Amino acid sequence: MKNELQNIFKKSVISPEIDYDRRDFLKKIGLLGGGIIVYCTIGNPLKSSAQFGPPPDFNAFLRIGTDERVTCFVGKIDMGQGTITSFPQIVADDLDVAYDAVDMIMGDTDKCPWDVGTGGSMAIRIVGVQVRAAAAEAKGVLKELAAEYLKCPVENLQTKDGTVFDKKNPDKKVTYGTLTKGKVIERHLAQKPPVTSPSDFEYIGKPYFHQDAYDKVTGKAEYAGDIRLPGMLYASVLRPPAHGATLKSVDLSGAKKIEGVQVIQDGDLIAVLHENPDEARKALGEIKAEYDMPKTGLNDKTIYDHFVKVPVQAKINEQKGNIEEGSKLAKEIFEETYVSAYVAHAPMETHTSVATIENGKVTVWSATQAPFGVQSTVAEGLKIPTDKVRVITPFVGGAFGGKLTMPMMQLQCNLEAVEAARLAKLTGKPVQITFTRAEEFFYDTYRPAAVIKIKSGIDGSGKVVFWDYDVYMAGERGAEVIYDIPHNKVNVFGSWMMPPPEAHPFKVGPWRAPGGPNNIHAKELQITIMAAKAGIDPLEFRLKNLKDEKMIGVLKAAADKFGYTPSKPVSGRGYGISCGIDANTYVAHIGEIEVDKKTGEIRVKRVVCVYDMGLCVNPQGTKLQMEGCCVMSMGYALTEGLRFSDGVVLDENFDTYELPRFSWVPKIETIILKKDNDPPQGAGEPAIICMGAVIATGVYDATGAKLFEMPMTPKRVKEAISKA
Amino acid sequence: MIEKIKFILNDKPVTLEVDGDRELLWVLRTELGLTGTKYGCGEGICGSCTVLIDDVAVPSCQTRVKDVAGAKVTTIEGLEKNGKLHPLQQAFVDHDALQCGFCTPGMIMKAHSVLTENPDASRSEIIEGMDGNLCRCGAHPRILDAIESAAKEMKRG
Repeated sequence: MKNELQNIFKKSVISPEIDYDRRDFLKKIGLLGGGIIVYCTIGNPLKSSAQFGPPPDFNAFLRIGTDERVTCFVGKIDMGQGTITSFPQIVADDLDVAYDAVDMIMGDTDKCPWDVGTGGSMAIRIVGVQVRAAAAEAKGVLKELAAEYLKCPVENLQTKDGTVFDKKNPDKKVTYGTLTKGKVIERHLAQKPPVTSPSDFEYIGKPYFHQDAYDKVTGKAEYAGDIRLPGMLYASVLRPPAHGATLKSVDLSGAKKIEGVQVIQDGDLIAVLHENPDEARKALGEIKAEYDMPKTGLNDKTIYDHFVKVPVQAKINEQKGNIEEGSKLAKEIFEETYVSAYVAHAPMETHTSVATIENGKVTVWSATQAPFGVQSTVAEGLKIPTDKVRVITPFVGGAFGGKLTMPMMQLQCNLEAVEAARLAKLTGKPVQITFTRAEEFFYDTYRPAAVIKIKSGIDGSGKVVFWDYDVYMAGERGAEVIYDIPHNKVNVFGSWMMPPPEAHPFKVGPWRAPGGPNNIHAKELQITIMAAKAGIDPLEFRLKNLKDEKMIGVLKAAADKFGYTPSKPVSGRGYGISCGIDANTYVAHIGEIEVDKKTGEIRVKRVVCVYDMGLCVNPQGTKLQMEGCCVMSMGYALTEGLRFSDGVVLDENFDTYELPRFSWVPKIETIILKKDNDPPQGAGEPAIICMGAVIATGVYDATGAKLFEMPMTPKRVKEAISKA
Repeated sequence: MIEKIKFILNDKPVTLEVDGDRELLWVLRTELGLTGTKYGCGEGICGSCTVLIDDVAVPSCQTRVKDVAGAKVTTIEGLEKNGKLHPLQQAFVDHDALQCGFCTPGMIMKAHSVLTENPDASRSEIIEGMDGNLCRCGAHPRILDAIESAAKEMKRG
């Protein structure tokens, strides 16, 4: 994702250049309240931070208060992935303060440095690394200040728990708060100090539990829908019955008759507002509207044939050797087509925003992954300057890519924020919009359905000699060739990101490790099918065709934990294997799958998941992400496939769109390889990519049935078994 | 129709003058300011809005407020007593049994009901009892661990 983002930025003309001058920056700091700011000059920090890349000034991240508390400001948000817990570990180690002395302010556009949005498992591996450097530099500046204060050479000084002291005379000491009290200090270190080395870690690498757990188990944690402002109205907006439907006529009189209801029609926006959300919803039902319905002929069955006809330039993602040469070396050739359905994000918290306008300034509390993206879309929606909009991100009740508004990618995932702001302006009152579950399904930016065609071959020794890979609509993430194959080619036709305009009947967007689950399902099942033809155990076949030591490492660790023993395929044991790379993290899974041949029902009995992710800041939080991914994946693998026809989204709730349940949950074992000296990589997404393939290869190992389509519903399983 | 409705909410009597046909979920979240009970699906199929009525878990989005007249209603806000978390709440903290936390109140209320009905519930009985509550983050294994350990704690009293 990092590369994808950078590509976008290179050609971006949309990227908002926030033109803060220095005085504005100081004003922003002023908003942070009293206490001090240690302030380094290096160009214009906020201006730099408005572009893609780290703010060079650590003030964008850290403030030391007179009460000795340290506040860390990041534009990232916490949607359950737990960075509210792991960022303080970083600050504590690199600034040398106690973990409990660190407070987090996340996703507030008036207080935090600009950020592209929380996605791509980038919080720690990108911003975390910046915060580390910032904290280390701040510590260096504090030591310089202490040298002057204590009249002691800086080399003699050491830090501990927010205090600088003389190594030779520990009583000679001063606290960080004293050093910075009442002053704005401009200072910059000529030489960037190193970050804390792994051998000196006190906090990083230790398991920390959710620091927000108390608020979440007591109901005190505030989500956007829990924001209640005096005089606030709840709005229900008239929605079309289909994507592409156009309003022919509308009769608002029924709704207008209801006491306490305000009806607003402003261009395309028709809304009813009431001081209670349920009464607004009821009143919306009294509006009579007629629409012209679209006829696209596209539905969840025809979509795959449509995809391969969409005119789109193939992007050659990878090429090595020559496919024709490679096929001459092949003893066996395999040609398969894989498909996977549209999948909804379906967070438990539906999209929600609250907007209020005071003295010309709009404040929006939004359930978003991208407060700065919401800020610019709201500003654009109201035609006001960006600095007249403040977006505050409370706790977010799950998102998975579905709340990631990124204007530079033409990705608008927080429609309700703009609508709430428009309605606040029109009514002069604070307005909240909470999507119903049906709206949530209808306006989701789905994971695109995808088609993947693979032609590959092996020689007589079981070595893969060529790999010709075409992926339609899923994108390149996860499509890379991880095996050592002399002749290969990867063609990418369209992506989740700015897809070809004719491709989809509705919006699509990033869904946790976008493209990963689709690509890995196809790639890894293909590998297992080839292994079987070669008569080689699927794990041994993988190891034989791999050169990448990290991939070999995660596979072997998984096999070890699982207690894997090689066997001639198809072994009948239902062992599924898959591996891949996502967000630079290497991941491998081995699972045991049970198939009821009569009903076609699949049960995952156990699964082992291994990460090589470099430095792991919080192993506890990471294990939760791995477990969560294993469970969540069972949805896209087994049941989740959006049903739609001619722009109508047929799934409106969880009765027809089935999420994983307690009764599905396998025994999950997770391992994080200790790699403290490698830079930290992604944690939140990599474990989502493999489970489709684990299940498909497990079913194959159990029955010989090839499941080329996800979700792997009982009907499809039975069909595949009958063909096996 | 606006009517006077009385019930016990988190151990305290309340009297509301409210349209009795309104769903309890929204009355709790608006009139009573108790926002710990969450809207998830609006059709009683996700469990996010679960509250206890006379100690039995119900989806508050499917319950009219007039139907709780005279009853004892408990929401997530009513479990912590004298600054001490209920064993279920404490177990969710101790087992790190949450991620985004949005389904958590409903999970805890449902688990409360499952364990009230069957204090000796086995793991498979807990799974059966909890199966209608959805969590998208996949905190399931730890939620089950938390409920199992809370069950032991609750029996100990």
